[in-house]
Amino acid sequence: MRRAAQIRRNGHQRRDGRRRHALAASAAAEYHRASALARRAADAARHPADHPPPGPFRPGIWRSPLRGLWLTSILAVVLLAGLIVLAVTGLLSYAAYDPLLPGNDQTPGAGLLHFYLFSWPTHPSWLYRVDQGVHITLGLALLPVVLAKLWSVLPRLFAWPPVRSLAQILERVSLIMLVGGVLFEFATGILNIQNYYVFPFSFYTAHLYGAWVFIAGFVIHVALKFPRMVTGLRSRRLRRELRTPLAETRPEEPDPGETETAEPGGGLRAAHPRAPTISRRGLLAAIGGASLTLGGLVVGQSIGGPARRTSLFGPRGLSATAPHYLPVNRTAASIGLTAADVGPGYRLTLIGTRTVTLTQAQLLALPQHAVELPIACVEGWSVSCQWTGVRLADLARLAGMPDPAAAQVDSIQQVGAFKTAVLSAGQVADPQSLLAVTLNGRVLPRDHGYPARTIIPNAPGVHNTKWVNKITFLKQA
Amino acid sequence: MTTRGRTITSRIRHWYGANPLHLLALLAAFALAGYAVRAVIAAGQFRGFALWFAVAIVGHDLLLFPLYSLADLSVQRLLPWGSSRKRTRPAPAGQVPGPPLINYVRIPAGFSLLLLLAFFPLILGLSEPEYHRASGLTTQPYLWRWLAVTGVLFAASAVSYALAWRRAAARARKQQAAAVAARTRAQQTPHAAPDVPSPVAPRATFDVWPPARQPHRPDSPDLR
Repeated sequence: MRRAAQIRRNGHQRRDGRRRHALAASAAAEYHRASALARRAADAARHPADHPPPGPFRPGIWRSPLRGLWLTSILAVVLLAGLIVLAVTGLLSYAAYDPLLPGNDQTPGAGLLHFYLFSWPTHPSWLYRVDQGVHITLGLALLPVVLAKLWSVLPRLFAWPPVRSLAQILERVSLIMLVGGVLFEFATGILNIQNYYVFPFSFYTAHLYGAWVFIAGFVIHVALKFPRMVTGLRSRRLRRELRTPLAETRPEEPDPGETETAEPGGGLRAAHPRAPTISRRGLLAAIGGASLTLGGLVVGQSIGGPARRTSLFGPRGLSATAPHYLPVNRTAASIGLTAADVGPGYRLTLIGTRTVTLTQAQLLALPQHAVELPIACVEGWSVSCQWTGVRLADLARLAGMPDPAAAQVDSIQQVGAFKTAVLSAGQVADPQSLLAVTLNGRVLPRDHGYPARTIIPNAPGVHNTKWVNKITFLKQA
Repeated sequence: MTTRGRTITSRIRHWYGANPLHLLALLAAFALAGYAVRAVIAAGQFRGFALWFAVAIVGHDLLLFPLYSLADLSVQRLLPWGSSRKRTRPAPAGQVPGPPLINYVRIPAGFSLLLLLAFFPLILGLSEPEYHRASGLTTQPYLWRWLAVTGVLFAASAVSYALAWRRAAARARKQQAAAVAARTRAQQTPHAAPDVPSPVAPRATFDVWPPARQPHRPDSPDLR
């Protein structure tokens, strides 16, 4: 009705009058728009801090009602515990390679970063297996938490103005170490366990030094933000959040520390939150569920036994349960092992105060011992096996050096990493350390190092050298 | 602290923008990181190392995050009865409309995409040559496992959606029954004054999800 009346009224007006009126109106609007723009531009030039550029720098674009100090703090406390375990298991794994023994160090430039190293023990024999299983499984399980934590703080990346003081510049630079470090470590670790070597550097070098850059960023971040995290955790009760359904989910209250901590852009909460589409407990359950899914579909490869079948995505999980298959991380074919290498011409050379050369038959004639020991890979999988073979201590005695300071074990393998390993005095002396010739009651399979391989309690998989043809016992390490 | 000491501290605070200890702690952290980077340079691997650090940050903050946000917003917009902001699906007379679909789609999808993000070299067979050389196994089963897990996730989500719908329907029936009972009671009360409005229970409406079960607290802001 109203619209029809308007059309009738317009129809009575004279055409040129209407045009003149329209022109005047548009010119006026144009003028107002232009002057407003000019005013804003001048204002922006005078106070750039109050005028963020468009896009993510405008606080209004961040609209999730769940972002806030409490949510970030809950994720932070999970990561605080989890990443510490991840760092400690990783550093222990590095120590397990005994880098202080000559020839073992993959990262000779580490210098002072070697400060914590110690001679890696042979007991308990499951230590390396558990350490590395935790490192890999926990790393995968923390991936969703890391992504959620980054999601929760991402508006801060675009805080405007980007810097307000020298202190803040330095703090933001330290975040490069933290965020870059965590993403770098997760990416290289996750790609490495799947043998996807696309990185233009050595994994050992980069994952170790990347870890130290991350640790530096992590420690300073915890030191600076711990009080904020405590404030955040106290701002809401977890138990109440777990009882709050979607219908009653509200944005977090303004954070009392927001203004005093000189954080521009108003902290983590959204300036204009949307209505929630998921409750806070729903989001936490989704993150936790994703963690359990990622970790749960891998961990079986570290537990072994029937649990290996549950490891759908473990690189040596369900795939490695075929009958008579035992996980390896280097096949005989991959090193170009020929039949002649391990045929009747095979000789084992022992070098000590005298040099002894043994044929395969002579090796089998020496006293044989049985042990049950796990073989555990740095990639996280492990398997416990029955081994029989000759004690390394007996071989040392045979070479005329009953108490060597170290022993270098060499493989027929000509190319690739870990064709040689240096064992410590403790590893050689341990009665469970064998030069094994059978595996689970059968002759050692070729992929497992036929005719002879070392098996050392608690050593990383690659230090159990396969296709051994020479052991040099050293007077000093 | 002496007055003089306090002046120096406050001067540093003014110039630097924080407590001097803040500066010391940061410098210690930079020293440690710098020491590690020195070792990377010594190993001749600095370029690749720095490149991957940068790509990790840029790849997450400026690629992965915008992509998954956009995907999430698109799903919310495109789903026929996606989120609580929209009217729920119109239900046939006498039936309760379903809860919003959004979380029953994005959670299984998110889990599945996370698995893909973590295990894409095996799932897509990208590391087949190296994986086979190392293990003697093949990456072929991983794609099928991922598809199967994705299927199970969506199936479980569908079942829980059906259960949530049933619970909502039961709740609505209970509310309706309570409303009818209250109305009948009001009509049967002979002493009720005629000017007192009959205590009719609020009709269950489903314009927004979930149906309101209790009035909002007056002190909390109403987002809708």
